[in-house]
Amino acid sequence: MRFDYTLILSRAPDILAALGVTVYVWLVSLAGAAALGFAVALGRRYGPRWLNGLLVAYVELFRGTPFLVQLFLLYFGGPYVGLSLDAEPAGVLALSVYGGAYFSEVFRLGFEAVPRGHIEAAQCAGFSRTQIVRRILVPEMAVLTLPAAINLAVSLLKDTAVLSVVTVPELTLTVSTIGTEFYAFVEALFLLALGYWGLVEIAAALGRFAEGRLARFRFA
Amino acid sequence: MTPYLFLLLVKAALYTVAISAAAIVIGVSLGLGVAAARASPNPLLNWPARAYVSFFRGVPLLVQLLLIYNLLPVVGLNVPSVVAAVAGLALCTSAYQAENLRGGFASVPKGLLESADMLGLTPWQQLTRIRAPIAFRLTLPAVVNEAILILKASSLVSVVGVVELTRMAQDLDTSLFKPIQLYSAAGLLYFLINRGVAGFGRFAEQRLAWGAR
Repeated sequence: MRFDYTLILSRAPDILAALGVTVYVWLVSLAGAAALGFAVALGRRYGPRWLNGLLVAYVELFRGTPFLVQLFLLYFGGPYVGLSLDAEPAGVLALSVYGGAYFSEVFRLGFEAVPRGHIEAAQCAGFSRTQIVRRILVPEMAVLTLPAAINLAVSLLKDTAVLSVVTVPELTLTVSTIGTEFYAFVEALFLLALGYWGLVEIAAALGRFAEGRLARFRFA
Repeated sequence: MTPYLFLLLVKAALYTVAISAAAIVIGVSLGLGVAAARASPNPLLNWPARAYVSFFRGVPLLVQLLLIYNLLPVVGLNVPSVVAAVAGLALCTSAYQAENLRGGFASVPKGLLESADMLGLTPWQQLTRIRAPIAFRLTLPAVVNEAILILKASSLVSVVGVVELTRMAQDLDTSLFKPIQLYSAAGLLYFLINRGVAGFGRFAEQRLAWGAR
């Protein structure tokens, strides 16, 4: 077998644009998933009982079914209930809702891991409940959950590849299309795999850097 | 959703279970080998194992599946797509399972091995009587968790033309135009299977809990 990468590399501008789409979709979904997960974790901690039941159902359903099925349900089923989305917004929405379920579990466990003594001390010092949440609970939870959140972020980056199935023009779709055009599918996929490997390693290294910077806030 | 359609989905779900089970069994076996290599002090074994784990955990499963599916014919292996699919799932999960198993073996208390040394157990006896059973019990929760992840990830093999649960729902949808019912039913089946596996995992954990008799 002979590899010829020059043909594929002649399409570098397209590949760079696709890399941009992958990173953009990843970052937007990551922000959406983290925000949703945070809201769900707060809702489960402070919300009424009926809300907790609803949120548990959301988390269990979205963690118990494949992302691909969720994506198909939204993208192909959405138009039947008046939710016609283009591939990219549908992909971002699906990835956010899917990731949100995982983030909510991480944040919920993080809230539970905040030492009771810290909260009691704040109560004794006359902090209101909002102040306790803002000044004690959330910052300590953020430090405690950072490693798990970084893992989730990296795994979300890999999940963006699934969006190629509903024609989001990200890396996987673009590079495999180029591979088909040049009849060099295997070469293209090798390049793609190496590219993702590099991306994931970079993301993980950034995560380790952030962890190192925040290590001085660690208390337990 | 007619009962007949649902039955088709259930049959496809059984196929999903079979593919995942095959991938999990092969993946754990491969993972055991990789974990052993990774724990070896010999850099010639150690480094390839590290690269293996890093690669298969660093590349999206979909890309791995596409690569294997298209690579096998190029190197002269004309196998049915389901073989490529199981191989892809197994390779990917073996990297994760290797890390789980490595952690399990590393957490076997040193004192137990020292006692075994004192009693004159050979290294092989130590492995089969002490290290492996304890590591297995310590690793079980992580292995079950990974099995559930693989069950869900097996939906991706629909992309390389294996007609498992997701692909069945997709194929039915192309002729029936009932995406909401079909994908909801498929999702429900995945959910139930996962619940079953999780329940079995908890049961096995209780039965095998370290020190329980």
